[in-house]
Amino acid sequence: MTVLEEFRLETRGWLEQNCPASMRVSVPEDQIVGGGKRQVYANPDAKIWLDNMASKGWTAPMWPSKYGGGGLSKEEFLVLQDEMMRISARAPISGMGFSMIGPTLLDYGTQEQKMEHLPKIVSGEIRWCQGYSEPGAGSDLASLQTKCEDKGDHYSVNGQKVWTSGAQYADWIYTLVRTEPQAPKHEGISFVLIDMAQPGVTVKPILLISGNSPFCETFFDDATVRKDSLVGQLNRGWTVGKRLLQHERSSISGLSSGGKKGRYDDMGKLSDIAVEYIGKDSGKLADPALRDAVIQNELNQRAFGLTQQRFMAESDKGETATFATSMFKYYGSETGKERLELQLKAMGTQSLGWEGPAFDVKERTLTRTWLRSKAGSIAGGSSEIQLNIIAKRVLGLPD
Amino acid sequence: MPLVLNEEQNMLKDAAKDFCTNSTPISQLRGLRDGASESGFDTDTWQQMVDLGWAGITIPEDFGGLGFGYLGMGVVMEECGRTLTASPLLSTAVLGAGAIIHGGSDELKGDLLPQVAGGELLLALAVEETPHHNPYGATTTAEKSGDGYKVTGSKKFVLDGHVANKIVVVARTSGNAGDRDGLTLVLVDSGAGVNVTRTIMADSRNAANIEFSGAQGVLLGEEGKGADVLDKVLDAGRILLSAEMLGGVQECFERTIEYLKVREQFGVPIGSFQGLKHRAAQMFCEVELSKSVVLEALSCLDDDSEQVGELASLAKARLNDTYNLVSSEGVQMHGGIGMTDEYEIGFFMKRSRVCEHSLGNSAFHRDRYGVIQGY
Repeated sequence: MTVLEEFRLETRGWLEQNCPASMRVSVPEDQIVGGGKRQVYANPDAKIWLDNMASKGWTAPMWPSKYGGGGLSKEEFLVLQDEMMRISARAPISGMGFSMIGPTLLDYGTQEQKMEHLPKIVSGEIRWCQGYSEPGAGSDLASLQTKCEDKGDHYSVNGQKVWTSGAQYADWIYTLVRTEPQAPKHEGISFVLIDMAQPGVTVKPILLISGNSPFCETFFDDATVRKDSLVGQLNRGWTVGKRLLQHERSSISGLSSGGKKGRYDDMGKLSDIAVEYIGKDSGKLADPALRDAVIQNELNQRAFGLTQQRFMAESDKGETATFATSMFKYYGSETGKERLELQLKAMGTQSLGWEGPAFDVKERTLTRTWLRSKAGSIAGGSSEIQLNIIAKRVLGLPD
Repeated sequence: MPLVLNEEQNMLKDAAKDFCTNSTPISQLRGLRDGASESGFDTDTWQQMVDLGWAGITIPEDFGGLGFGYLGMGVVMEECGRTLTASPLLSTAVLGAGAIIHGGSDELKGDLLPQVAGGELLLALAVEETPHHNPYGATTTAEKSGDGYKVTGSKKFVLDGHVANKIVVVARTSGNAGDRDGLTLVLVDSGAGVNVTRTIMADSRNAANIEFSGAQGVLLGEEGKGADVLDKVLDAGRILLSAEMLGGVQECFERTIEYLKVREQFGVPIGSFQGLKHRAAQMFCEVELSKSVVLEALSCLDDDSEQVGELASLAKARLNDTYNLVSSEGVQMHGGIGMTDEYEIGFFMKRSRVCEHSLGNSAFHRDRYGVIQGY
């Protein structure tokens, strides 16, 4: 037996013993665990499952074990993923700590920063959010104006961030701030970590078209930042920030699932849903035009998944090249949006229920998910920005 | 599935790239067209391809081939696609040889496959009877006669049918057009009772319309169960043709991107305009996805996976659409010069459309994929 096969057997056995039965079904949206001091566990098994996984470092399987991670190789990670999928085990926790700031600290953080922050992400003790966009800095992110001044023994931050996802639940926020107002716009930016538990930080949720408030406005009024909370060099934060955006784009594209699962597959297979609501005629979905479109979307999803797997296989460390991240972010969010539009067509008026007993949970969830999916091609750099990046960085087309 | 090539496959790909770049540039195809070549391909070049072992890449070693598998054949087809190399590789080494490998007796294989690998025998597969791919649509009949069968009927768009020494005919021994049951494959000599009319296509490649009037041949596979062999042969053909198309897609795309960088209008390179940049970037995504599906489909063939059918349809549908898009945009982005015969970009558009209608267009393959998936 190879070492990897042994690892598979051990992992299978461990998961059998340590994954509670109620964690082996897909997770309802309102029970997704993000961790942090304000996390409430509707199902106590969710906490047990998180603690069990965190004890192995498997909430962050490929992070080094000295920072609390699982220390797994890419091959071992894929085995773990396989084995979790085999029993339909849900992710014990997810969030920006894992997908964004953690990997960025691994790249750019000091030893002290890694020791301070990474283990608390792994255990779920601390939840993070992102302070990037501002009212006047969206696609043109580098024009951001939130000010960060040196006050001798600390920094002081003033300004406003917007679209800070999950800020109302977060304990810390990583931000891009302006530290040198006179410099060219990309060269006066720094990347700092801010403890949100202080009077200088205020969070206001924003009601979105989906009826939910996953995003917030976050205000800084003389917020205090420790000197050792600067990541990377002063005025060189754009480099750090761009690296982090790659991690964000990977997670929006669904790249973290390794290409084995579509972004909205938890809702069921699109073709199954279409058959459920429309029925069949001579063995085929009864609406031929919709059938063709559904098949096209499933073909595209499958080709997309295979491409994610191909890039994983081609890269040694299981990381994705910059250009590929933009491609996946663009294609994944657009194909995902299209899938939900097709699901609306398949379910007809039952897909547009807002509340009340005329619609079941699945139907009401779709309405909200469909609306929220529109953010997929806006947040983390819009589709148009991703196409700009591909044109410039991959194809080498001139400015 | 590995989804990456191994070292041997990469070496074969490099060798194929060298050969095609040096020996079969697009100017060769233009020369064949302008010289009204009788065979439609260069026989010396074909002999060199045979000497490189390409005709026997997928033929088992026991029968004189290389036994190198479909991924190996795929990288060769891909490089041939980049230079639009005219050769009977698909018709003979994939379709014809495939029918003999899957349907022939050991004796027949022992007799014919070494001849294919040695370049002495050219083959063709006669499926279509209408302008649209319809694998089970045969009305051509086969009747038992002596040790073999007599074939009567007309076939269209038989790839390389004008040069084939032997032709695999999809005929019917029972049932009606459209029935999967009742199909029978018969291997006939291109001679008595076979009337071949060469068709010259827009891509300067060749096919033939063929009348069979009681042509005598031998059975491949089982009588009435020809579809079992045919499906395998067609799926291999669809996947290898997709590999060729992938080569054309990449070459056409790269040439177009290069043009966007050098062509200046309004005092700047036209590639600086966002209206073109975004379309170029979108094509890039389609090209990358195309690479993945071809690789996966070829792996499935090598593994004789149950998923070969759906992967063949996934690959062919995607490559049809991507080649169509990239070659149309190629001409559009080249502007006026793209419309000239002197410029090569138009050759890709012509080839793309012939490929698109060979072995199933996108609508055919989307429908088939849905059927395989149970909806």
